[in-house]
Amino acid sequence: MPIIKKGEWVSDEWISVDDETDLPVEGDVLVSLTRYQENAAALTARAGKLGVRLEASEPPEAIADVVGSFDLITVDFPAFKDGRGYSYARLLRERFGYTGELRAVGNVLRDQLSLMWRCGFDAFHVNQSITPEVFAESIGELSIAYQPTGVTKDTVMNARHK
Amino acid sequence: MYRYDQFDHKLVTERVNQFRGQVSRRMSGEMTEDEFKPLRLMNGVYLQLHAYMLRVAVPYGTLSSVQMHKLADIATKYDKGYGHFTTRQNLQYNWPALEDLPKILDELAEVEMHAIQTSGNCIRNVTADQYAGAAADEIDDPRIWSEIIRQWSTFHPEFTFLPRKFKFAVTGCSNDRAAIRVHDIGIELVRGKDGDVAFDIHVGGGQGRTPMIAKLIGEAISREDLLAYLEATLRVYNMSGRRDHLYKSRIKILVHDIGAEEMKRLVEEEFALVKKQGVLQLPQEEVDRIRAYFAAPDFETLDAECPELDAAMASNKRFAAWVNTNTAQHKQAGYTIANISLKPIGGVAGDASDAQMHVVADVAEKYSFSEIRVTHEQNLVLAHVKKSDLLALWETLEANGMGTPNLGLITDQIVCPGLDYCALANARSIPIGQEITERFADLDRQHNIGELKLKISGCINACGHHHVGHIGILGVDKKGTEYYQVTLGGSADEITSVGKIVGRAFTEHEIVDAIETIVEVYLDLRESPDERFLDAYRRVGIAPFKEKLYADN
Ligand code: HEM
Ligand code: SF4
Repeated sequence: MPIIKKGEWVSDEWISVDDETDLPVEGDVLVSLTRYQENAAALTARAGKLGVRLEASEPPEAIADVVGSFDLITVDFPAFKDGRGYSYARLLRERFGYTGELRAVGNVLRDQLSLMWRCGFDAFHVNQSITPEVFAESIGELSIAYQPTGVTKDTVMNARHK
Repeated sequence: MYRYDQFDHKLVTERVNQFRGQVSRRMSGEMTEDEFKPLRLMNGVYLQLHAYMLRVAVPYGTLSSVQMHKLADIATKYDKGYGHFTTRQNLQYNWPALEDLPKILDELAEVEMHAIQTSGNCIRNVTADQYAGAAADEIDDPRIWSEIIRQWSTFHPEFTFLPRKFKFAVTGCSNDRAAIRVHDIGIELVRGKDGDVAFDIHVGGGQGRTPMIAKLIGEAISREDLLAYLEATLRVYNMSGRRDHLYKSRIKILVHDIGAEEMKRLVEEEFALVKKQGVLQLPQEEVDRIRAYFAAPDFETLDAECPELDAAMASNKRFAAWVNTNTAQHKQAGYTIANISLKPIGGVAGDASDAQMHVVADVAEKYSFSEIRVTHEQNLVLAHVKKSDLLALWETLEANGMGTPNLGLITDQIVCPGLDYCALANARSIPIGQEITERFADLDRQHNIGELKLKISGCINACGHHHVGHIGILGVDKKGTEYYQVTLGGSADEITSVGKIVGRAFTEHEIVDAIETIVEVYLDLRESPDERFLDAYRRVGIAPFKEKLYADN
């Protein structure tokens, strides 16, 4: 499945490694939270970038103090109706100060993109039907927001009381 | 009342266009029904037994005459000539066609209305005390705070896929007319230590199959912290609420499972962190801006007494009865609050025809500053009527089937759509309600019985609030036959209680007699005509009712 990052197709250079497989010597690796927690020192010391996968049942408090170790965090949406990942994104961005790539994976659909974007996701694992054009259209449907969240600092409230 | 500024306008228009796109993606097959469902729900579109249903938001139940005329026109043009006012203070159309929906939404947007967040697992339209801005007993106008909550919760990106739907209600005073303790969050305006308006936050109430009374979690939260506190509460729920089972996903289950103390601890911990970030502080200028929209209308200086009214009451018994039951005390001398009953004998609770909606819009324009309220008990309110205009108002209402003097009486029922419309129903609700109103049609008898809140749901989802009816009726299904279970002693005011089941359920042929028996027992044992049904029940308990109802077994 393709990835759209900041509105453009990007190719996925990350090597997603499951918990049973040995780490490759080179390259950027994406590991589970469990694997990270068991091998944090070795993983951080390794050459190449590090990414971590959060499942919907893994709130990001577990990595609050170490978000700087990661260049990629993926948050899984097992079903589009499962909205926990929206809160996780806001905590990572707004509270823990994470600035790397934040990627939504799983059941990521067109009509959820703008909500995810507004919560701080900047990359999306999407199906073929979502092109950068569709992405731009979806993100642009609502041009202003009532709430300050994620990347949205231009709120109705600020515009009113400029 | 609140008027959109350029930003509100823009958002609603953009939202209609967004939904138009979604409808066309559904119609072209690009989107599955499963993917479309949460999107249409967030735009107020349900699939019922026979057709789609559109639920139009009436924020905190407040409408202008212009909006009411528009609702009537839509009923004529796209529905079967009527609409249904609901317990969420909204309006429902039962027969719109899918392809007409974007057009209806366009027409609504012309008068600053929409169907946003009237269903789906998001923060629903906020409800409030229907006497807001008129009641003598309020600390502050709940509409101001409801509007602030409406804006904060509208298209909130974090809280659009909550574990389950989420309902707010706000009351401006300790006399609770908004049933706040059976909402996910119920807010009561109080005075804080500094004398400013502050907010008591009750969390985790609800009805459905597990009725729960909300717990007081946040006490006297200040104005600037209100939104931060709500955001913290919703985040705790979004991250910790159960998602494995439809009936276990409301916040009431979370509060019940972890306990009110633990809930309070989690919310306060999160609140401290949200507050530290500082971006959600509610500025005084914004409160002032919104408050200005709800400024009191230009009242005339009048005497509290109105001899014309007294004379009219003396010469017209039905009118006098209407004044006694259907009006409430106004804070301004010479004015009164008039309740329009949508519960004619033999009618469908909450239904209004297009013609009736036009009449209400007209009388509101003539007598009440062009403003109308919808109540959670499925009636309408004109909040600011001069006492000297009451007779003329009532005569017009009466001529159009809306002058029934039964507010708060046994025929003023909440009734869910039931098996006549609803795919989840076990039993019919509407015909049972109609039969009961016919049995108790005699006005003197109703007035003699006094305040008695009867509420009917066609299944355990409790859309008809039966748990909190003084008398509740619940439709149950036994081997394909409709039965009705009766509960007694429920209440949704400041002393909220959940009714107790009186005994085995009744058939559709027995239920009306059973209700009559309950009423007779009450009349026999009340200490005086001033002792309401609920008070008498609380004094004597369920035994005398049970005894009489099941005497033959
Ligand atoms: C006809 C289609 C309807 C369907 C399929 C439906 C479905 C449901 C369901 C499943 C619940 C239980 C939710 C839960 O416990 O989590 C519920 C509760 C409720 N519904 Fe409905 N409903 C319908 C119509 C209405 C109408 C017309 C109203 C009036 C506005 C209404 C107002 C409510 C209220 C007030 C509750 C209970 C309070 C609560 O716990 O949220 N519903 N409904
Ligand atoms: S209470 Fe049951 S029957 Fe009545 S409207 Fe709700 S879901 Fe339908």
